[in-house]
Amino acid sequence: MPDTQRRPIMDGPAVERIIARMAAEVLRLAGGSAELVLVGIHRRGVQLAARLADAIEAHGGVSISSGSLDITLYRDDLMAVGPRPVVGQTRLPAGGIDGRIVCIVDDVLYTGRTVRAALDELADFGRPRRTLLAVLVDRGGRELPIQADVVGERVDVPEGGRVEVKVPEIDGELGVEVVEAG
Amino acid sequence: MAQELVNPALGKDLLGLEELTREQITAILDTAEAFKEISDRPVRKVPYLRGQTVVNAFFENSTRTRVSFEFAEKRMGADTVSISTTGSSVQKGETLVDTARNLEAMRIDMVVIRHASSGSARFLAERIESHVINAGDGKHEHPTQGLLDLLTIRDHRQSLEGLKVCICGDVLHSRVARSNLHGLRRLGAEVAVCGPLTLMPADVRELGVHYFPRIEAAIEWADVLNVLRLQLERMKGGFIPSLREYNRVFGVTRARVEAAPRDLLILHPGPMNRGVEIDSDVADGPHSVILQQVTNGVAVRMAVLYLLAGGPVADTTEGAA
Repeated sequence: MPDTQRRPIMDGPAVERIIARMAAEVLRLAGGSAELVLVGIHRRGVQLAARLADAIEAHGGVSISSGSLDITLYRDDLMAVGPRPVVGQTRLPAGGIDGRIVCIVDDVLYTGRTVRAALDELADFGRPRRTLLAVLVDRGGRELPIQADVVGERVDVPEGGRVEVKVPEIDGELGVEVVEAG
Repeated sequence: MAQELVNPALGKDLLGLEELTREQITAILDTAEAFKEISDRPVRKVPYLRGQTVVNAFFENSTRTRVSFEFAEKRMGADTVSISTTGSSVQKGETLVDTARNLEAMRIDMVVIRHASSGSARFLAERIESHVINAGDGKHEHPTQGLLDLLTIRDHRQSLEGLKVCICGDVLHSRVARSNLHGLRRLGAEVAVCGPLTLMPADVRELGVHYFPRIEAAIEWADVLNVLRLQLERMKGGFIPSLREYNRVFGVTRARVEAAPRDLLILHPGPMNRGVEIDSDVADGPHSVILQQVTNGVAVRMAVLYLLAGGPVADTTEGAA
């Protein structure tokens, strides 16, 4: 694409370091791992949730149940957007989410609309005792009163810019770039 | 954000599989695959079609298809109304288009139509603004049935490419056969038909499919059998000598299935005439995926509603909000 600038802001090792720190914070907020469930939002939130689960395991030596959530059907702008992404699978841990501590994991927090949709969708699956939000990047620009409990990195990105998180499973590498119109 | 996930758009209506591309059919099946899980949730409903109104206009008897569409619509969050021939103004002589225009005047978004006349779905689609989904028009097509058959086969055999599928029975009068034929071939399957010549289209050999005059030969050849319902009124029409005779020559029986050289997959669109085109042993046996077809029908119809309801193409770059 012409007239765009890509600026790497995190490389793979940096992301790993940040996820390790986030893992400790999530464990602290959840008061341990006993009731914790990680739920990644499609698409890259799912891979990040898996990494976070690994990091928590490395940190606390316990395995964490994790799931995935596709919020496409709960979006508030569906009639206005297209072409639509293919809907991904929603899979929650076998034990359900009732009474547990659910940590929603996404790559970038921006308007907050995705998180709003995720909260609505989770409510149809049950009633967690507590719901947390962990994001790798908070870029500001909220359109709803939603904040993350655990933030990997705050990045100031002007309107029109994009934050692209790359994960090996989809993009072949781990890292974060800011893409700005030049 | 990379937008590699783009569906080939479906257009305004779903009228038949003949006019769909391989990519469009695959997009519907992939979407249906993701939607299967919704029917297993504690709350079997998503708000995607909230505030949208769907009219189920069934001018011909149907239980399974109508109920399947209603479940699909409700699980996608739509409001639905159903009209049928009996008790509607259709009986008073109102034309199809007048009925639909009156419904549109009450503000609706989609019409699901089942009608005895071939081409009625297209006729309607060209005259109203709402999305039209063909739920079976005469002998023409029944696209959602074709799609759910494809999905069910794909569930068990991964790919349709090169798979040998034989459609057995009354191909001449069957919209299910026609939708299957188009869909299967679009996805690369090899298709055959089997049944009495009186129930085959005159151009059966020009369809570009194999024809088996004996069910044993079809079973010898096929990976998958899609056994059509023999409409009992065909006997009165003189197409077949008797139901017993039909079962003797074309019935899918346990002995015949057990003699098959491959692990057969057996589909039937329902409702079944047990002991006529298919024996109970087979219908309830290990090769049958008939009830799974019914389950898949809801997911396929949800996918069609979802893909048709999409808005105009716009920029979706949202910075992964």
